[in-house]
Amino acid sequence: YRAASTTPTHPHFNKILIANRGEIACRIMRTAKRLGVKTVAVYSSADASAMHVQMADEAYHIGPAPSSESYLNANRILDVAHKSGAQAIHPGYGFLSENAAFATQVTESGLVFIGPPAQAILSMGSKSESKKIMQDASVPVVPGYHGEEQSVERLQAEAERIGYPVLIKAVKGGGGKGMRIVETPQDFKDMLESAKREATKSFGDDTVLVEKYLTRPRHVEVQVFADTHGNAVYLFERDCSVQRRHQKVLEEAPAPGLSPELRASLGAKAVAAAKAVNYVGAGTVEFILDTLDDRFYFMEMNTRLQVEHPVTEMITNTDLVEWQLLVASGNPLPKTQSSLEISGHAFEARIYAENPAKGFLPDTGKLFYMKMPDAAPNVRVETGVRQGDDVSVYYDPMISKLVVSGPNRTEALRTLRNALNDFHVAGPTTNIPFLTSLATHPSFISGDISTSFIADHADTLSLSAPITHETLAQAAMGLVSTCSKTPTETTPWTTLPSFRLNHPQTRTLTLHDQNSTPHKVTVTTDPQTQTHTLTTKTPTSTRTFSSVTAHYNPTTQILTTTLDSTRLTTPFIQTDQTLHLPPITLSIPTITHTHAETSANTIKTPMPCKISAIHVVKGDTVKKGQVVLVLEAMKMEHVVRAPGDGIVKRVFGVVGDVVPEGRVLVEFGQV
Amino acid sequence: CWPLSQVSVQKSRGLASLANLGPIIENTVDVNSPEFKENAAAQDALVEQLRQEVDKIKRGGGEEARKRHLSRKKLLPRDRIDTLLDPGSPFLELSQFAGYKLYDDDVPAGGIITGIGRVSGVECVIVANDSTVKGGTYYPITVKKHLRAQEIARENNLPCIYLVDSGGANLPRQADVFPDREHFGRIFYNQATMSGAGIPQIAIVLGSCTAGGAYVPAMADESVIVKNQGTIFLAGPPLVKAATGEVVSGEELGGADLHCKTSGVTDYYAHSDEHALNLGRQIVANLNYQRNPKVTLTEPEAPLYPPSEIGGIVGDNLRKPFDMKQVIARIVDGSRFSEFKEFYGTSLITGFARIHGFPVGIVANNGILFSESSLKGAHFVQLCSQRNIPLVFLQNITGFMVGKNAEAGGIAKNGAKFVTAVACANVPKFTILCGGSFGAGNYGMCGRAYSPRFLWTWPNSRISVMGGEQAANVLAQVTRDNKEKKGQTWSAEDEEAFKRPIRDRYEAEGHPYFASARLWDDGIITPSSTRDVLGLGLSVALGSHVGGTRFGVFRM
Repeated sequence: YRAASTTPTHPHFNKILIANRGEIACRIMRTAKRLGVKTVAVYSSADASAMHVQMADEAYHIGPAPSSESYLNANRILDVAHKSGAQAIHPGYGFLSENAAFATQVTESGLVFIGPPAQAILSMGSKSESKKIMQDASVPVVPGYHGEEQSVERLQAEAERIGYPVLIKAVKGGGGKGMRIVETPQDFKDMLESAKREATKSFGDDTVLVEKYLTRPRHVEVQVFADTHGNAVYLFERDCSVQRRHQKVLEEAPAPGLSPELRASLGAKAVAAAKAVNYVGAGTVEFILDTLDDRFYFMEMNTRLQVEHPVTEMITNTDLVEWQLLVASGNPLPKTQSSLEISGHAFEARIYAENPAKGFLPDTGKLFYMKMPDAAPNVRVETGVRQGDDVSVYYDPMISKLVVSGPNRTEALRTLRNALNDFHVAGPTTNIPFLTSLATHPSFISGDISTSFIADHADTLSLSAPITHETLAQAAMGLVSTCSKTPTETTPWTTLPSFRLNHPQTRTLTLHDQNSTPHKVTVTTDPQTQTHTLTTKTPTSTRTFSSVTAHYNPTTQILTTTLDSTRLTTPFIQTDQTLHLPPITLSIPTITHTHAETSANTIKTPMPCKISAIHVVKGDTVKKGQVVLVLEAMKMEHVVRAPGDGIVKRVFGVVGDVVPEGRVLVEFGQV
Repeated sequence: CWPLSQVSVQKSRGLASLANLGPIIENTVDVNSPEFKENAAAQDALVEQLRQEVDKIKRGGGEEARKRHLSRKKLLPRDRIDTLLDPGSPFLELSQFAGYKLYDDDVPAGGIITGIGRVSGVECVIVANDSTVKGGTYYPITVKKHLRAQEIARENNLPCIYLVDSGGANLPRQADVFPDREHFGRIFYNQATMSGAGIPQIAIVLGSCTAGGAYVPAMADESVIVKNQGTIFLAGPPLVKAATGEVVSGEELGGADLHCKTSGVTDYYAHSDEHALNLGRQIVANLNYQRNPKVTLTEPEAPLYPPSEIGGIVGDNLRKPFDMKQVIARIVDGSRFSEFKEFYGTSLITGFARIHGFPVGIVANNGILFSESSLKGAHFVQLCSQRNIPLVFLQNITGFMVGKNAEAGGIAKNGAKFVTAVACANVPKFTILCGGSFGAGNYGMCGRAYSPRFLWTWPNSRISVMGGEQAANVLAQVTRDNKEKKGQTWSAEDEEAFKRPIRDRYEAEGHPYFASARLWDDGIITPSSTRDVLGLGLSVALGSHVGGTRFGVFRM
């Protein structure tokens, strides 16, 4: 990021506290350090040796791992701010960043809140209030009718006014019940009746609202910035349409395919929105853009620096954290609207510890290996973790943000694909293969995106990396190369791997992929030449590689394999029964057995999680399918049911316990 | 599946400096000469034949028996061994050719696979019955092979793991299996006395252990049994029915449930072969077993000249002499050799070197043994015993020198000094039959009777009391003398007809396959693998107690 060119009239803070963790805390510190501003970190017990703690000039422990008792503990954070002599608090994103009460508390205690005034947070925090303010400021909102009069005639007239297609929604509705999309006026009456019927049945209330229905909407948001001198600018838009579970995964700036007029109009409306609430600092105005008619509507305003702000920085050559610090210390914005222009194109891919193949369920665990692409002017890696760190159950499972830029979208996208290819993580499952699949998808390449992109292309997007014959061969060679060598010990028992008398050694290895599908590799080793013949067998096909050699470098953890004159390299990390060849994880089926009578009648944790409810006690009789436990992992609840009829013999653990994967929680006996 | 080593044993090596270990042997071999190429081709053919035979032996009791075995969800014996071993561990198989063309029945590998491999970081002797070969029953050669493996375990302090799957003694051959000192009962005697000597005895019951066989797990320190596969009983269900009329299944009579829950005969309950073998690995990991070689070690260094060239030096014709020093150059670390008495008694090469970092004293034939070479050999063997340096004998010997001069020079007593020194030297001894092993030369050069820790043969080697030609000549001479006394004549054709079967018989009985089938050695190895085989052997031998030699009377 580029330093602001104007000299601040008000000096920078001497010291600021960053009330956050992870990559954003690190990112803020980096700018602060560059500006000579001292930084104070706060941390929970789980983060005692986290990267943000080590980067800061000072760090204070503020409580146990759960964020409610640490990063959300406003009083504790304020105490630390005063104790450390910090003049301002940067809340980052998430946690206390959009908490108006906290902003007020900070200000009242005589410190500066690096963010908007509390009132702006409050106004934008309320959906109904913000819509009203926007309407008054002539910022377009999704046209709709929310009135009490429910006559068919009135509703139909409103639909006519809004313009088809429209959405009829039960006011009390949810989960798609009592919701109808109406394409043409002829269908309106029938659809309304059926929606009302369903609403009555499901919620006992047939009140509906009518809204404009956008067939293929895009999520386009505008970065705005305002100072205390009444200046406000927009730093153009970002397209964040590609989402899974209503969370962004791939963002870009500028939004592809917008006309200069549309761009200017978006920007102007966003600035108007900010001004309407007397906004100060960095904010983002989110719009929903109709791809059919290029009309856009206000959705909400995020009153903080957002996760995806680096793409804006990339195309505007700015450092938004520096802007925040400047504005917070009373300086005017370093640039005027006319001096801001778009240069090139940028993408941000969010690398998460999650399993796309399992409904994007978050994953946790130790980062056994992490190799990121080299930083360059056009490649920025924002992370708050290092190899060896844990992705804990307590916080957001984002490992890193990969931000790239290029002179145009095509070039930037190519850089993104290359950088993703150079990003290797072993440990938790990551969405890197999925991001690669997105970045190589023809529709994405052509810029044909909407918020339903992932659902629309479910057939052609791959959720995980495929297990190839080459991968299996590499996994086998990794095992052969590592298991036979104990570097500290030189005896022929380790330096003559696979030695057999007068015959080559043949070993068959079964490797399970993440779906427990078995793959077989047969390795025949010529002990004299140490070359191998491999036969790899997937459930669908078989391949043979001859004259295979491999070399493993334990320092870099890089395995080099020559397969039929093709030289392949991959990180190779083995942890217990698991082989990591990022992004592929294979496991060697364990051969430790437990007695059948115990294993079938227990409930084990499916993943590292927290016990949030236990519905049974010892001696309870349970029926198959009855809810026994509720577990929480990464803000998601998982209901665990009884595997069969039986009596609860033992319950292990209590509510609130954090338990690792595979731990027995409940044991059943026969009725 | 492939279990992984959970234990890594780390030994620190006190490394001696390589610089002064000795000069590099100068190469005199021309790999482009027609002679070398001819020799190489001949040796390659022998090696190829050896590999093909081993390939057949490896298949055990044939396709049908293997299929039947696999259908019971049992692992084949060699797969059991691979599963038991640490991934990547070498397996130094013993007595591969046991039983080769020995009986009318085909008994591949003698129906039992034995060898040394690493389990949980500890070198162990593994004895695995092959039930695809005659139900894993013990032929006389099976007993001999089992006992030889135990002897190796005892001498080298190696824990024993028995992978039991055997119907017990081969009943039709009971007279050659049961009664004698070195017969079936000796197996259990060895288990008891080795256990007494602190050498762990572990049994993994993967099939039947009937009658005498029941004592293998029963006499082990710890034993594992697989449910629905392993059974242990003194008499099986048919015998029980005949004896008492009681009808009982094998599993009820002696299965895992009975022995782990009721009788206490076995200690660990396994659900499958893999599970049982993993439990075996677990047992070894908990042995607290330490083997510290009391020798100096150097960083292993490959020979300067490739071991693969030995074949081209040696060839397959015993009548053609070869330079043993060039063989040594292709076996020892860095081809460095500190030769002792280089210019004295030159038909015997003696000197110090390293193999895979271990110190060795090499005694190698480069011609027949004269008085001087015998004295030199006796001297060198004494040096090595004094210094706890293992001895490696490279045999290519037709015998001691004969004739008036030799006898007058005291070849008998000088040869005897050498034999005495070799017999008494209490350091690990290793013998390789690189060529001929004839007559008293076999004694001086540490033949089987002199209890080397290991004895291996090359495919081109021959062993007999004398060469076939000499034997035929001696016998023909005696016959001719008798005939001449009686005034009879003997035509050249008749003499040749007399000599041919003698020559053929010596040739057949001196052949390494014939020898190895009878366990006159521990296996046939290729010249190019000799260095590695020796390295593995040295490694296990040096973990045992060494030293304290008392020599017998040297006749001066």
